[in-house]
Formats: sequence, structure tokens, C-alpha cells
Amino acid sequence: MSSEQNAKSMSIIVTKGALDQAYPPFILATTAAAMGLDVTMFFTFYGLSLLKKDLNLKVSTLGNPAMEMPMMGGHMAMPNVLAAIPGAGALTTVMMKNLIKKNGVASIEELREMTVEAEVKIIACQMTLDLFDYKPEDLIDGPILGGAATYIEVATKSDINLFI
Amino acid sequence: MADEVLDVKGMNCPLPILKAKKKLNTMDANATLQILATDPGAIADFEAFCRTTGNTLLESSEDGGVYAFVIQHTA
Repeated sequence: MSSEQNAKSMSIIVTKGALDQAYPPFILATTAAAMGLDVTMFFTFYGLSLLKKDLNLKVSTLGNPAMEMPMMGGHMAMPNVLAAIPGAGALTTVMMKNLIKKNGVASIEELREMTVEAEVKIIACQMTLDLFDYKPEDLIDGPILGGAATYIEVATKSDINLFI
Repeated sequence: MADEVLDVKGMNCPLPILKAKKKLNTMDANATLQILATDPGAIADFEAFCRTTGNTLLESSEDGGVYAFVIQHTA
């Protein structure tokens, strides 16, 4: 799908692995690829978990004070302190998944599949694999294993570089 | 009448664009694709998509909450 007439390129550093935080990188990568850009994604730290074969993504209210959920015609605040209550994380995850379905938003699994289909180049951070004791076989097929230098080489040649 | 029709009603960003691109890939040069969507963001998005890719946006209209776009596969 990449670069028919548009020779522009984009790279994204993906550092976060929560369900809500997984959307921006996959949406931008798939759309850029559809618009003819050559796209590279570098998955590092918690972002690396988005490459695991079995995704079990969750939403947390912690560190996300702006979060509010639509409810009964209004919006309910989801304060940080909620995260301390057992089951609150599971509840917000269920709420988010319902919103995703109701609004015709793609699942992360679907977007990731489209990312691979669009021939987006995927780099999995070797250091993160070591740090969190993941094995390459825990990940989907396709990622190149590399480190900062592998990414920087791509970044020096890209028109757009994003850190998400 | 467009050569092909793609129904992405009910789908949200970025699915209308991704599905349209996938469909265009299967179509001959200069063939036309009509896309039916309910995502209001698709109006600006299909304009940007066409400007960037070099495909031609022949038509953009709205009728009762359904947006219709016709794209000619020129890129």
C-alpha cells in the first residue's frame, strides 16, 4: 500500500500500552500508509506489549485526570483515586470497550492487522524484550528486532517523526 | 453512477479512509468509487486523502445524515 506517488515518510515511537493509548499510533500509522506514506513504528517500553500475540488491553484512570465517560446524557468524571478501588480498572475497561463498539470505532486488533497488511515497518525494541523478559515468539510475526540506532536511522530519513 | 459502491455507514475514523483505500487498490485506473458514510469527520478526511494521494474527489454531498463521496481512482 505504501508510496505510489507520495514519497513522504513517517515514523512513530510507541511507548504506551493501555487500550486508550494504543489508538493514536495505530490510527495514524494505518491512515498515513493509506495516504501513500512509508511508515515505520518503533515499539518500546510499554508500547512493546501492543505487539504481543494475545492482546489483553486495559484502561486505567490513574494518571489520566481528564478522563470522563459519557453517562445518562452527561459525563461522569473518572478521578485518579478511582484506580485504587478494586475492580475500577476492569469497569473502566468495559465502559471503554462498549463505547468503542457503540461508536463504530475499530478494535486495536483490527487496526494492528491493517497496520501489518499496509506493510508498515515494525521495529520491536530488543532492550525492552530483555528488560521485561519477553521472547520474540511472544510477538506477532513481522517485527524487526532493533534498538535506538535502528530507529534513529529511520528518523533521520523521515518527513514526520512522532513520539506517542 | 459510480462503478463501485462502498458502504461504511456506522464506521468511525479511520475506517472509512482505510476501507476506501483498500477498495481503490482493487479498482482500475479512472474507475469511480462511491462511498456512503455517517462519520461527519469523513468530509474533511476524504478531501485531505484525495489532495495527498492525487485521487480525484468528484463529489461530496449529504442527504439525511448520510454523506456520499465519489472518488475517481487517478493515483
